[in-house]
Amino acid sequence: MAVGKITFTKTEREKLAEVLWLLNWISVVTGAILFGLGLFLKIEIQKWQEVMSEQGILYVPHMLITTGLAACGINYLGSKICLDCADTNKFLRWKLVMMPYIVCTFFFTACVLVGALMCYSIRSQLEEALYLGLRNTMRFYKDTDTPGRCYLKKTLDLLQIQFQCCGNTDYRDWFQIQWISSRYLDMTNSAVVDRVRSNVEGKYLMDSVPFSCCSTLSSRPCIQHNLSNPGAHAHYDERSQQLNLWRRGCQQALLDHYTGIMQSIGLTVLLIWLFELLVLTGVRYLQTAMENVIRLGDPESESEGWILENSLAETACYNFSIIKSLGKCYQVDDDPNINVPTAAANQEVPSAQVQVNVTS
Amino acid sequence: MAVLKVKFTKTRRDKLAQILWILNWISVVTGVILFSLGLFLKVELKKREELMAERDIQYVPNMLIAVGLIACIINFLGGKICYDCVDSTKFLRWKLIMLPYIVCTFFFTLCVLVGALMCYTMHWELEEALNLGLMQAMRFYKDTDMPGRCFLKHTVDTLQIQFQCCGNSGFKDWFQIQWISNRYLDMSKKEVIDRLRSNVEGKYLMDGVPFSCCNINSPRPCIQQQITNNSAHFNYEHQTEDQNLWMKGCRQALLEYYTHIMQSIGLTLSVLTGVRYLQTSLENVLRQGDPDSESDGWLLENSLMETARTNLSIIKSLGKSNQINTANNGDPNIDVPSTSKAHYGPDN
Repeated sequence: MAVGKITFTKTEREKLAEVLWLLNWISVVTGAILFGLGLFLKIEIQKWQEVMSEQGILYVPHMLITTGLAACGINYLGSKICLDCADTNKFLRWKLVMMPYIVCTFFFTACVLVGALMCYSIRSQLEEALYLGLRNTMRFYKDTDTPGRCYLKKTLDLLQIQFQCCGNTDYRDWFQIQWISSRYLDMTNSAVVDRVRSNVEGKYLMDSVPFSCCSTLSSRPCIQHNLSNPGAHAHYDERSQQLNLWRRGCQQALLDHYTGIMQSIGLTVLLIWLFELLVLTGVRYLQTAMENVIRLGDPESESEGWILENSLAETACYNFSIIKSLGKCYQVDDDPNINVPTAAANQEVPSAQVQVNVTS
Repeated sequence: MAVLKVKFTKTRRDKLAQILWILNWISVVTGVILFSLGLFLKVELKKREELMAERDIQYVPNMLIAVGLIACIINFLGGKICYDCVDSTKFLRWKLIMLPYIVCTFFFTLCVLVGALMCYTMHWELEEALNLGLMQAMRFYKDTDMPGRCFLKHTVDTLQIQFQCCGNSGFKDWFQIQWISNRYLDMSKKEVIDRLRSNVEGKYLMDGVPFSCCNINSPRPCIQQQITNNSAHFNYEHQTEDQNLWMKGCRQALLEYYTHIMQSIGLTLSVLTGVRYLQTSLENVLRQGDPDSESDGWLLENSLMETARTNLSIIKSLGKSNQINTANNGDPNIDVPSTSKAHYGPDN
């Protein structure tokens, strides 16, 4: 019993072919959109790649880019096929290609779905990459004279200003890092030497933050130093403290930024996937309807189209047995064409005398 | 004698009409670009109106928006006319409108030129507005508790960060302004009171700048306080240090930004003017032509002098049309009382 059987008249078949031609062209456009989204995501990730410890999440935009390109190609071919399918003579040209094309498109559509789901599942990996990356960047903030790290100060300052964040999880992360290079510390000053000595690792730590942590929304000029001692500043009450620096951590800020982008992209890709599925179903119906028309022999008659010829279970069994027999093809079995030695062959067959009449 | 006379066969006229149609669509696109640039300029000027003193510069983007819209409409109409011009029967439909249309577009081209000139004169007014506006904004930087001025600190900080500039003409402008409010000064400290007393106007001035002046390209942490005191910081010389703070003044930075926008607009206007001139001359050519035969096309029907004379006499006669013409060499349709009796009716 066929799955999803529908009967098509000749006009209905032609209309289906036209509609599918149009839908395939729209799919080419959505494929280009998919490609564009992948490219956009790649650029966004690479913008802040210096604060990420590893670039593993780049496989998501790469997947989207390849799927987008494949979508363009597959749907362009599909539009050509569907245009020809309205006419039975032209359909014969494509008959052999149709089935592999549909199987290909089915797997491709599965890839699109995987791409959409990946967008949603990437959060934890991103969180880890950002935490480690930011920690390293903050550690190398002072190393503006070391090649390979000299741009980290500028990157981190830009990040904190643009995303309105400070530190990794909190502004207090800066208290545990020496962010002023030793070349700008006056080692003849006893206060400086004392501070360096009092630290176990010999680092110059203080309770102050870089200027990029300053909030532009504060109503008073920025207080960057002596932050753990509010009494050291005039009228530095609770409210002033709240507004003085950016309160959010940069890990959270970047995570929110990328999660927002990925969710929008994921939603768009899911919609594209649904559309592709619709197109695939239409093409399958058209293929089966045209094949049945050819089997019936009369181009003008009605024919049936379906998604699967037999029920789901039977089709699964059939395919499974095909796969099993593929594995068995190199084994010796009772193929009648293989030479089997029999007792009869041992006897010689006497040659018959043939009388040849010689005519002169 | 005609100006720039060219002989036209029917096919050449068709080709001409096609070229005109394309030119018209280019003009429509240019009109759209002009409209959007005018809108963009209006939005940008409005965004920073807190930093500009009271000067009427909104007339420039308003005019550009109007010119852009009119360009679209005129050229859209022109496109339709040129499309019909190829066919002789359809051309007759437009024949009467062609001349007024061309006159209209000529005056419109003048408007476009005026617009381009206005863009360049706006530069001076903008500089003046910015100079006064920035000075005021910096003066009220500390007044975050006064309604109407409480956002100026945020505006100036965001401006200095975004445009990478400091102060009006340079960072030293901040040394002459008290940018820390008295409510955040510790009046119990001796140094604070000394500093206040040493100033004639009782202002708390210091050689420090707000944090938004800090240069992100600097290899060392930002030095905001005691900028002119070399001994206050290790390994620091303020005379040669140019990476610590933003060196550009905000007036210059903003001016460069707006000038850049105006230059793009000026370019668009030049393109529009050039295309328009070509169009009007070609339309004139097309108008004179006879649909099916060979015809002459020209820029002006008679020489420049004769055309000017004809137009002047038309304008003079327009002025005279309301006067009563008593002379005999006037309009024969005017009622002149005759001596002969009018003969009416069958009995005469």
